[in-house]
Formats: sequence, C-alpha cells, structure tokens
Amino acid sequence: MKIKRVLSVTKKEFIHIKRDKPSVIMAIIAPVIMLLVFGFAVSTDVNNVRMAISDQSNSAESRNLIQSFENSYYFEVYNLTDNPEKAEEMIDKGEAKAALIIPPDFAKEIRRGQKSTVQILIDGSDPSVARTAAAYAAMISNSFNIKLNNVRYKNPSVQSAAIEARSLVLYNPTLESSKFNVPGIVGLILQNITIILTAFAMVRERERGTIEQLIMTPVTSLELVIGKLIPYVIIGMYDFTIVLILSYILFGVVIKGSVLLLTILGLVFLIGALSMGMLISTFAKTQLQAMQASILFLLPSVLLSGFMFPREAMPKFVYAISTLMPITHFLIILRGIILKGVGIEYLISTTAALLAIIVIIIAVTVNKFTKKLD
Amino acid sequence: MMEYAIEIQNLTKKFGSFTAVNDISFGIPKGKIFGFLGPNGSGKSTTIRMICGVLSPTSGRGTVLGYDMYKDTERIKQNIGYMSQKFGLYEDLTVDENLDFYGSIYMIDAEELAARKMELIEMAGLAGKEKALAGTLSGGMKQKLALGCALIHRPKVLVLDEPTAGVDPVSRREFWKVITELSNSGITILVTTHYMDEASICDIIGFIYNGSLITMDTPEGLFNKHNTRNLEDIFIEYVSKLSSKEVELSFKDIRIKRSGV
Repeated sequence: MKIKRVLSVTKKEFIHIKRDKPSVIMAIIAPVIMLLVFGFAVSTDVNNVRMAISDQSNSAESRNLIQSFENSYYFEVYNLTDNPEKAEEMIDKGEAKAALIIPPDFAKEIRRGQKSTVQILIDGSDPSVARTAAAYAAMISNSFNIKLNNVRYKNPSVQSAAIEARSLVLYNPTLESSKFNVPGIVGLILQNITIILTAFAMVRERERGTIEQLIMTPVTSLELVIGKLIPYVIIGMYDFTIVLILSYILFGVVIKGSVLLLTILGLVFLIGALSMGMLISTFAKTQLQAMQASILFLLPSVLLSGFMFPREAMPKFVYAISTLMPITHFLIILRGIILKGVGIEYLISTTAALLAIIVIIIAVTVNKFTKKLD
Repeated sequence: MMEYAIEIQNLTKKFGSFTAVNDISFGIPKGKIFGFLGPNGSGKSTTIRMICGVLSPTSGRGTVLGYDMYKDTERIKQNIGYMSQKFGLYEDLTVDENLDFYGSIYMIDAEELAARKMELIEMAGLAGKEKALAGTLSGGMKQKLALGCALIHRPKVLVLDEPTAGVDPVSRREFWKVITELSNSGITILVTTHYMDEASICDIIGFIYNGSLITMDTPEGLFNKHNTRNLEDIFIEYVSKLSSKEVELSFKDIRIKRSGV
C-alpha cells in the first residue's frame, strides 16, 4: 500500500464533497439541524400541566400546599373550586389535566401531627404525561412534607409520623428528557451521516463509470477504499465534536466521564458505520438505491435502538434484533459516559458486544467487496 | 525476429459456461498500431481487460512488454495507458485536477508532473482550460483530456477502447493525428473502433467474432485478399458469412430500396 496514492484518492474525494452541495449540507449542516430538531422536539418533559384545585380546607396549610404546586413549573393552577366534583368535571372536559383535592380537615390533621391525605387526579389518556405528572405531584407533596418535618424539628414535643419511601433520581435529577435524548442523538447523527455519505461515495464511482478508468491504473482496491474512507472519518469526527459542543451549549449536556474514552469508542463505532455504508454500496447500483437502502437501515436504528422507546418493553424477538445493531450498544456507551460518567470497567460487556458486531460487519463487507471486484 | 510489445497465446476467458474469448493468439510489434475490430459483444473489451491486467484469463499465456499477464499485473498497469469509450474522468474535477489525480496515482513526483501536465495540455489543445471543470468540456475535448490522463505516466503501450465513439468528424481527425504521432514516437497502440476509415490507418488489423480471432493482417493484405479497397465491405462479409444471417449489404442498397418505395 502506497500512502501517496491513498492520499491522492483522499484529496480527490474531498474535492468531490466540496463541489457537491448536498454532500456539504449533509456533512456540515445536517448534524446541527438534526440536533436542534431532535433535541427540542423529542421531548417527554411535562411542564405547566393545568391543574384544577378543590380546596375544602381553605386554611393557611392548604394554601401553602397549593403554593408549592404553583411554584413548581410542572403545574399551573387552572381553577380553584371548593367542590371536588367540579374539579373532576374539568378533567372530563379536558380543561384541566390534573386535579388536587384537599380534604376539609387537612389543616386540622396536620396541626395535630397526624398524616393527612390529599387526592391527586390525573388524566390518564396520555400515559406518558400521566406517569410523569403523577411523579411530579408526589415529589412536590414529599417536599412539602419535608418542610413540615423541618418545622417540627424545632418543636420536638411533636413526634414525626410514619416511615415513608423516598426515591432519588440519579444522573438526571430533574428528569429532563433532553439530557437523555441528546447523547442518543449524538450516536444517531454519527451513524446516519457516515452511512449515507459512505454509501454514496462508493456508489458514485460506479454510477458515473469512472471506476472503469481507475481499475486500469496501479491503484489497489485497498488503497482506493482507505483513501475514500478517510474524508468520512474526518467528517464523522467533526460532526461528533460539533454535536457534543452544541449539546453542551444548547442543552447543558456535560460529558461527565472520560472524553478520551468517548472519542476512542466513537471512532470504533464510526468504523462500524463506514463499514455498513460500504456494505450498502456493494448491492446498490445507483445513488438512489443507496439512499433507499440507507433509509431501510436507519429506520430500525431510530425505533429499536432504545433511542426513543425503552428496549425493556420490547417483545423478545424485537429485543433480539435490537441487540444486533451497533447503535444499540453505542447508545448505552454514550449515555454511560456522558450522563453517568462511568469508566470502561462498567462498559466492558457493552463494548465487547459492539466490537464483536463491528468485526462481523467488517468481515461481511470485505468478503462482499472482494467478490464484487473480481 | 520481431520484438512484440503485446504477445498472447491461446488466451481464453470463460464466465461460467459462457466463453467470452476463445483461444486467441496474436502479437503486436513494438511501435505499431493494432486495430481490433469486431461487432459489439464479440470479446474485444474482455481481451483488452486481460491485456491490461484487470481480468485474469481462464487459460492461455500472454506478456505485455515482457511482463507476465498473471504475475506482473502491477508492472503492466504501471506501463499501460488506457482510455475507454465512455468518458471515465471526473466531471466535477477541473482539467488540472484530473491530470493531477492520475499523475499522483502513478506516483509521479511533483516536479516531473508539472512539466508533463504542460506538455499534455499543449498536446490536447486544452491551454487556457486548466481550471475548467471536465464536465463542461465538449465531447472532443473530453476525449483529448482522457487521452492526456492515459499518457500522464509516459506509458509504452496505449490501449484505446472505442476512443472516438460519439465524437464529431473534425475532432476524430485531430484525435487520430495525435495517435499517429504517438506511434511515431515509439508507443505501441491497441485500438478498437467501429469506424473503418480509422481502421485503415492501423498497421495491423485483427478481426474478432464470437470470441474467436477470425483473421489478422495488414489493411493492404486484407484489400488484396478480398479484392476490394473498402474495409467496411470486408467487415460485413465476415459477419454475414459467420453469423449466416442476412446483413444489409451496403448503405447504397438501402438507399436504393428506400427511394424505390
């Protein structure tokens, strides 16, 4: 293999990219757009849920509780009423998504140091909103409880009431979905851009007939393939970096773990994506076919990889398919390093799975590719 | 004893059960122009690919400039220039960039390449067009640029696969003027063509049909043997005899039939 030849192929490939507007857009602008769209739009966050309130206690304590719901930006007080049925009616009509019903003897019980129960009604027609809203409501009630306990500490004659379980959310305490989504987007961008651009680059030479001229020269297929891939490795790493920087600026996603480890594993994944792009190019004859094949490839990786929907809930068969996709493992790595800040010791099995899949893909690609050249 | 630039013996290429090239033998002396004629699909391109070291033969032997067709493909490629019927250069690269790319593929050092590029741009009449995208050139200019790229590494053998297909008559003549000059400078040329006026310029003509070499002679020899000075008639005669199918004998006949209606 002659480095000079490899580099001259690389230089030529860069000129192709530079002169082809769609490629430039794909390489430089698309990642940013994808980050913005996915980062802002794919959100399971629940904010400003309209809450009807029925305060039958009408006391300083009840107003205090309502105040703490109001202070959180999760809920927005929609209407106050003293009739709990009215509050329920508002949910029926869809005017409110939740209702807080405070019983008449709420203040009395608290003053006595007893546990009082409030009722929270939630519109369950959208389960993901309902689940989150319920969790928030419980959180707010709990913190209200803590406040009460603090008051009681100063007055030790009153005993603290029952034991209760408290949940503590790790890594992403405010449960912002962007924190969870953005690392996934980083992986998807890296995969999609590289697969499509690589498949295009490989097919282009055949579609335009320039390969005919090229095979007559001393350039070997290895030099050709490596020379052609280098630009896409560079573009892939550029996209990776720019998306991580923008994730920090726009979404406040900080890489908690090792940047070096992230880069190394990113590069490994990138090689896998390049290989998949080449694999597509072995059976696609035109750029159009390459595009269609890429979409066929990319759609499951968005839906099944755990990017959008938790894999735990998938049927066994689909789960097995998702295990075969490199992106699934890479997402675990990305979230592990970026969100949790864990080191390689916690990611060994995932990394091993990723490596194994990539090695298989490369083997298949090389096999298909050499057959094609013959 | 004549020195051959290209010499093949009993060359055969099979694709599965299909025999594309069947037991072909010929020798092309150094510095000669060999015109390789035959209908579409007769095995010309397959033969050329084997000579260029791209396709390995099923059986038979062959050497190009003394290099073995099986073992020394790398050396052969380094010494052959190839240009195909289809414009095989990068249309989104400029004239200069195309020459640069092929120059560096052949590992020519920068200084030598710069000088060589000047020569070739001059030869191809592309002066002033160095920064033009290859795709914007006219058909004739594209062919000359392709020829320039094929010559960038000073090959001793030049293989041209229907180089003038779809090129206007003026450009064709200009192109062949360059070809004969190259031949005079000692380059051996193998050319396939469907234009009989071009074929008649060649030093030797080989006629291939259904993968077999039917005849090989000088144009003069063929004229004497067939008692006509029209190469096209000889071509048609071979095809109609070998395919045992009626070929319209001449355009003149067709014209007469047409006006008779």
